[in-house]
Amino acid sequence: MSGPAFTPDEMMTVAASRALKNDDVCFVGIGAPSAACNVARLTHAPDITLIYESGTIGTAPDVLPLSIGDGELCDTAVTTVGVPEMFRYWLQGGRVTIGFLGAAQLDRFGNINTTVIGDYAHPRTRLPGGGGAPEIAGSSGEIFITMKQSLRGMVERIDFFTSFGHGEGGDHRQRLGIETKGPTLLITDLAIWRPDPQTKEFTVVSLHPGVTKDEVQATCGWTVKFADHIEETPPPTDLELTTLRDLKARTKAAHEGRPDPGKAA
Amino acid sequence: MAKFQPLADAVRDNLNDGDVVAFEGFTHLIPHAAAHEAIRQGRKGLTVIRMTPDLIYDQLIGMGMVKKMIFSYAGNPGVGLLRRMRDAVENGWPQPLELEEHSHAAMANAYEAGAAGLPCAVFRGYRGAELAQVNHNVRSVTCPFTGEVLAAVPAVRPDVAFIHAQKADRKGNVLIEGILGVQKEAVLAAKRSVVTVEEVVEDLDAHPNACLLPNWTVGSICQVPGGAHPSYAHGYYGRDNAYYIAWDKIAADRETFSSWMEENVLNAGPEVFADRVGKLRSAA
Repeated sequence: MSGPAFTPDEMMTVAASRALKNDDVCFVGIGAPSAACNVARLTHAPDITLIYESGTIGTAPDVLPLSIGDGELCDTAVTTVGVPEMFRYWLQGGRVTIGFLGAAQLDRFGNINTTVIGDYAHPRTRLPGGGGAPEIAGSSGEIFITMKQSLRGMVERIDFFTSFGHGEGGDHRQRLGIETKGPTLLITDLAIWRPDPQTKEFTVVSLHPGVTKDEVQATCGWTVKFADHIEETPPPTDLELTTLRDLKARTKAAHEGRPDPGKAA
Repeated sequence: MAKFQPLADAVRDNLNDGDVVAFEGFTHLIPHAAAHEAIRQGRKGLTVIRMTPDLIYDQLIGMGMVKKMIFSYAGNPGVGLLRRMRDAVENGWPQPLELEEHSHAAMANAYEAGAAGLPCAVFRGYRGAELAQVNHNVRSVTCPFTGEVLAAVPAVRPDVAFIHAQKADRKGNVLIEGILGVQKEAVLAAKRSVVTVEEVVEDLDAHPNACLLPNWTVGSICQVPGGAHPSYAHGYYGRDNAYYIAWDKIAADRETFSSWMEENVLNAGPEVFADRVGKLRSAA
């Protein structure tokens, strides 16, 4: 194999970043999406508008925020609005083209659980909850999801419908009066998935370099559907990899309270 | 008219056992010093409201002061889960915790409705979301003009709201800059309010559209430099990310938590906050 060596995590982030376009207005969810959105901004999509739910619109952070409300986001934003305005005018108002979400638990129809593992009233594990996601999932033009594959994470049946994807599949969104597209893309550390046009079940359309179908199935809790023609995801380019690694290094230094190594005298 | 007071007096005058209270802040300007004073005064049976309950709510819950929490995202931002809250929900320690859980959109709209003097908030949300089934305060209304079915939640109307802001002038007008969260709405929605500030100045030097709370909308003002630590105050000091990471270990164990609280909260006072942000001032 030629080109730089990379980890599955790096492949996931780079593949996710490629899905974003220069003219997108992207609502960045907590966690994994943030790295992908900023790699996109630092490579092929310099004019992308990144929005975080803290009210920062058009932000361009030098390091990834530890939280969705770090000062870096406000300092580099075109404007910062209050949280009610964020959700009313900007998200509910239909100005967001892509909502980019992570998930603790995901099913084959792109429904997401970030609320509880186990029963709601008596959970085995109480997770943080939905935050902005229920309405990001409903009001964004379409939804991209990114997560690492695991049997715990990708399950036959999620414990709680925090954010509605395609429900039971098919036209379930339309039946509930939801006019946006819902999940149109899933990027994992092993593959790229798109919903079947009719059933809306996530289907593997591209395997990352060196990944087999068996590996995808072994880390997914439902029986995986593979497209008739599966592509191979192009490996990260030098630019993509360098951009991601530099971003992570700056972020790590900042979060540990150490000076930015890039700014050291 | 805003009254300038020491923090201990403001908390004593405004927070009672059984109150519905919001210590608001959206990652930025979180009123840690005010919450620590409430912990020292040992209020009980509180219903606490917050969009993003984080460390101070973990602390209030772990100290047994909270009977119910109304919220939309409970986590240690960027680090993980709230371990004291989990212990209360999963094991009932130190006491069971009732949850009323919403989405951010619902909470933000509910605060805005509270500030606007409306009984409820109406918005497009919760479609297909299971919270609508487990929270009986998530209901729906039909638009009388278009027939569209919209979500409705009750307005948030706290007994008292605590926020932290950058500065007040000597008349008690308060300026908030940077990430605004729902602090303006929380103060306007609440019956009583306490604002801790970094400094009191002659002139706020604010531009005409700045986020400002006029002095007649604020109850008490307390000058507590560093009072948002370990969160940050835009223009004053940066976020203490290492502290948030360290909290995960402190909160993981009941005894470690209790002794940490004794040393750093119960046996401390509001004056310790200025020192805690000293090394973070250059990061502002």
